[in-house]
Amino acid sequence: MTASEPQPTVAWPKEGITRIPYGLYFEPAIHEAEMQRIFRGPVWNFLGLDVEVPNPGDYRLAEIGDTSVILVRNGTGALRAFVNRCAHKGTQLLYEPFGSVKELMCIYHNWLYNLDGALQSVPFAKGLNGKGGMPGTFCHADHGLTALRVETINGLVFGTFSDRVEPLRDYFSPVFIHNTERVANRPFRVLGYYSQWLDSNWKLYWENTSDPYHATILHGWATKLKLNRFTMEGAIEMSANGWHHFSWSKMATDQGGEIYDGREFRTGTANYSGFGLNDPSVIEQWDDYGDGITTAIQTAFPNFVLQQIHNTVATRTIVPRGPLASELKWTILGYADDDERKTAIRIKQGNLIGPSGYISMEDGMVGALVQRGIAGDKDKAAVIEMDGRSIETIRGSRASECGVRGFYTGYRALMGL
Amino acid sequence: MTGAATIQLAADHAHVPAPITALFADYAHAIDGGRIEDWPDFFTDPCLYKITTRENVERRLPAAILLCDSRGMLLDRVASVRRANIFEPHRYRHFVSAIRVTETGPGYIRLQSNYLIVRTMANGTMAVFSTGEYLDKVVPVGDSPRFAERVVVCDHSVINNLIALPI
Ligand SMILES: [Fe+2]
Repeated sequence: MTASEPQPTVAWPKEGITRIPYGLYFEPAIHEAEMQRIFRGPVWNFLGLDVEVPNPGDYRLAEIGDTSVILVRNGTGALRAFVNRCAHKGTQLLYEPFGSVKELMCIYHNWLYNLDGALQSVPFAKGLNGKGGMPGTFCHADHGLTALRVETINGLVFGTFSDRVEPLRDYFSPVFIHNTERVANRPFRVLGYYSQWLDSNWKLYWENTSDPYHATILHGWATKLKLNRFTMEGAIEMSANGWHHFSWSKMATDQGGEIYDGREFRTGTANYSGFGLNDPSVIEQWDDYGDGITTAIQTAFPNFVLQQIHNTVATRTIVPRGPLASELKWTILGYADDDERKTAIRIKQGNLIGPSGYISMEDGMVGALVQRGIAGDKDKAAVIEMDGRSIETIRGSRASECGVRGFYTGYRALMGL
Repeated sequence: MTGAATIQLAADHAHVPAPITALFADYAHAIDGGRIEDWPDFFTDPCLYKITTRENVERRLPAAILLCDSRGMLLDRVASVRRANIFEPHRYRHFVSAIRVTETGPGYIRLQSNYLIVRTMANGTMAVFSTGEYLDKVVPVGDSPRFAERVVVCDHSVINNLIALPI
């Protein structure tokens, strides 16, 4: 930490990770510190999929915090990632989200880089007719693109600014790798993209996704239709350091689900009495992985969600948009070996997820309600004590906030809070 | 005038017959007026109602933000909006324009039109929520035309939080 780095202005309550000070969600200095210490810190950020850039020169843009990043396949077929910025003036080199290029030329003054980020040429570097040009000491090799380390797990591509973070597979826990290899067990096919603008700090979406406690309560549609209940076999699994979480359930194993008909649950109210589907084809499904797991949500600190809900598969990337907003970017997936019928079922099940998702519609809204609810009270704090005060999981319980406490364990370590 | 005659008229004159402009207007007013229970009645059974984005269409990516292919699925959307899903109350105001016939065939017409939706929240704030185009296939059912297909192509790929009410 140097004097020039922004200093966080929020004090952590003495109770530790069972409290989250509200100021974290709106203080500009916190946001500035997160950009440096979290997103550019010793973490692996999700960039995209290798199938999105299948050929040399293919690129996609990604975002790590505030920073635009180019993920590109170079001439020898290796994946490279660079800050999307010319070393001259800072101009964005690419501004279309996907494409194919032979080299990277800045439009402003045509500084030219190869696909390994090395500066190849600068117009008029030697001047014109022997006059002018760059100083003799100007060295092209000193002015390449800012490169990130890139590693992949089963076609999921991650990048980091850090040269001290451990290799990707060591960064993630065995639990995380197990589910990643389970879901990414064969080549993906991208079925589509969309994103959601959320009027809430990025961490509120992160907490929502790593908080199974809310899932069967807020999303009554899926609870009433017996798609996801805590009375099913399931678990939360945490990485040893708590940073990453994975929760899963098997819908065929529901026992004792009558609890959700009780008066303390919204699913027990008159609105839900007799609620059912006229056309159940929306939840027609098959066991894709041979293990009966029907919901599998995995979060990887700090920006990545891998989701399997029935036969919907998606990556979600969370991008901060200043302290008060964020964007949730979805990539909807199937597999290269899906036949037409499987693709059609995945697309129809897409009604469960995204901005119109029967199961996910409320997730953006609750973040906005929290954001508005906490305004003006930076030193008050959220209370995160369901299932205890640690990052330990309780076997068989998913009404738990250990995933949230785990996230803030990593967050505090990196932020120095 | 029967629905079949309506279709004939379009084929002959290549402009949009009155029953179809009425269908478009009734559809918009049903949603904007908060009568989404009427929404399934604008479609055939089976049908196709799909919301997707310009980006996905141009890149030939088949995923949808929302997709219904039967009257039952349309009814299920309405039921969930009314009884299950939670969202802050809001209204749309549809502005539909530049309706044109793009194809006429035996018993159907395809049309293209622009839409703009302004969304007003319960707290009184208002903003442009969505713009794009409708790609429709309209067929006669009895005396009135209905949508066999209504594909909503949003020009934008970023959705402001959620889409609860149909576009
Ligand atoms: Fe949720």
